[in-house]
Amino acid sequence: MTTDNSGDVRLSGIGKTYGAFTAVHPLDLTVPQGSFFALLGASGCGKTTTLRMIAGLEQPTSGTVRLGDQDVTHLPPYKRPVNTVFQSYALFPHLDIFENVAFGLRRRGIKSVKKQVEEMLELVQLGEQARKKPHQLSGGQQQRVAVARALINHPKVLLLDEPLGALDLKLRRQMQLELKRIQTEVGITFIHVTHDQEEAMTMADTVAVMNGGRVEQLGAPTDLYENPKTTFVANFLGTSNLIEAEVDTKDGADVVVKAGGDKLVLPAARCSAPAPAGGKVLVGIRPEKIALAHADDAGAVPQGRNRLTGKIADASFIGVSTQYVIDSPACAGLSVYVQNVERDARLVPGADVVLHWSPAHTFGLDAAQAIDAGTGEEVAA
Amino acid sequence: MPVVNWLKRHLVVIAGLFTLAYLLLPNVIVTVFSFNKPKGRFNYQWQRFSLDAWKKPCGVADMCGSLSISLQIAVWATLGATVLGTMIAFALVRYRFRARGAINSLIFLPMAMPEVVMAASLLTLFLNLGAQLGFWTILIAHIMFCLSFVVTAVKARVMSMDPRLEEAARDLYAGPVQTFLRVTLPIAAPGIAAGALLSFALSFDDFIITNFNAGSTVTFPMFVWGSAQRGTPVQINVIGTAMFLLAVLFVLVSMLITNRRNHQKA
Repeated sequence: MTTDNSGDVRLSGIGKTYGAFTAVHPLDLTVPQGSFFALLGASGCGKTTTLRMIAGLEQPTSGTVRLGDQDVTHLPPYKRPVNTVFQSYALFPHLDIFENVAFGLRRRGIKSVKKQVEEMLELVQLGEQARKKPHQLSGGQQQRVAVARALINHPKVLLLDEPLGALDLKLRRQMQLELKRIQTEVGITFIHVTHDQEEAMTMADTVAVMNGGRVEQLGAPTDLYENPKTTFVANFLGTSNLIEAEVDTKDGADVVVKAGGDKLVLPAARCSAPAPAGGKVLVGIRPEKIALAHADDAGAVPQGRNRLTGKIADASFIGVSTQYVIDSPACAGLSVYVQNVERDARLVPGADVVLHWSPAHTFGLDAAQAIDAGTGEEVAA
Repeated sequence: MPVVNWLKRHLVVIAGLFTLAYLLLPNVIVTVFSFNKPKGRFNYQWQRFSLDAWKKPCGVADMCGSLSISLQIAVWATLGATVLGTMIAFALVRYRFRARGAINSLIFLPMAMPEVVMAASLLTLFLNLGAQLGFWTILIAHIMFCLSFVVTAVKARVMSMDPRLEEAARDLYAGPVQTFLRVTLPIAAPGIAAGALLSFALSFDDFIITNFNAGSTVTFPMFVWGSAQRGTPVQINVIGTAMFLLAVLFVLVSMLITNRRNHQKA
């Protein structure tokens, strides 16, 4: 097969230290040509530094950056076939929109830019605004100018540094779809840095979750969500219930654990911890996978499902679903999201309930990690 | 009380007009007296209207020569102070070096120090160095005191500039020189222009420092001062009015240009 791999980005052993502080631990990463790749993490996790090293705006302390077969580690940014959409857009305030978009072409000595610029402004639906100054445009329009200014150069790779961070929620959703559409249309490799897990999952084919200067886990969004390998990923991508448990038996495909007197089953393939019999393990389950039954109906729960008993501590109705907080002997403060299809009027705070879910949705994590890594409170700090 | 209410409503306008009158009155006097035909040597009392002085602006011995020297010094001082001051401002904002804090405060010294003290100490310095007083010593002195104004004006502008703009330029295939010429310089330009205009005005009408360090060279302010003791020719008012009109014209033209540009864009 002769696939074009000139847009592959290969980072090998790339790391960055500032004095005694390590921003990025040496990491290896391959982004295939034409993919939409997201670097996801809280602020200060090293994702922007990684991006800037690809752009050439930051010199790596170790390792190499390769584009296709070319080693670009020591090339200055203006010699790399890579363009960036900056967080604050960084549009040139003294130039109009047309000249902003034409900037890269002119610097490369291309004389007749008019047609290309007009086409590019059409692509981002800003044809009418060509002669305005950046400050006369709205945030969303400025954002699209920034994308057009980068894309017109047909870079091998487009880098996006939190490009939607300054937009309000509705506009952000709209731009997510827009960027995805543009990426599909031009087929260029996109590397997108964001702290918004929903944004990363909606847009990217592959997501690398970064924490403390390292890549915690890399994979397709569904894979990361359904089968997290660390507590950070489990908590940072959506919400997870993590229950401390002890391994009871391990027979081939299944691991049986004990949590507060109840026995739970999880597939061995979904357990990233070594889990020897008698060892500790964290059992994880997503809140929306759990079904809730009133204690009176406990008999109706099908066999073969994981079940825990508990008492509803809190219930909040949010329209499409109701979010419950349930205290169980196995674990306090479990969250459960129930779709509001048929609401059971007996499920009110104080009621005794049975939580049950399919063992196939259960995952196991190494109990040696901090159980609250990547939760909202930690991110805000 | 309708009068009080009327006053209340128009207080801002009234205050504004008073301030304007306060600022403009001296200039009006200069202009009016440039059309005077004085009796005797002093142009301090209105006699009758005449265009004599406007017809022969250089009719007074040595005056136009001193004007030419002042203009030359102002142009060169502006150029020197603007170039040096811009570079200093960039260095102070962009780089961390050892004496940065000290330089930051020392740069204000020429603004803060009484001019006459500065003038006297500069003269001491020039005499001790054995320098010949004249055009060059005046120019050096002028560049020195203009420098701090340029640095202050440009520094404010460079500090408020987003460093990502230059990164964006580098990302978009502009090398270091292109980045400076296409992005850095145009964005810093208003600060540089403000510093240059200030320098020109300060240099052109400086008297104290110039007087100490001029030797036998006579600049326009020195000529005015000197002639004020023996009699004031009407031509002084003519030159003053002309300078004022030129400045107003300059402002009007630049306003017109920006207006037209904005209209085209919109």
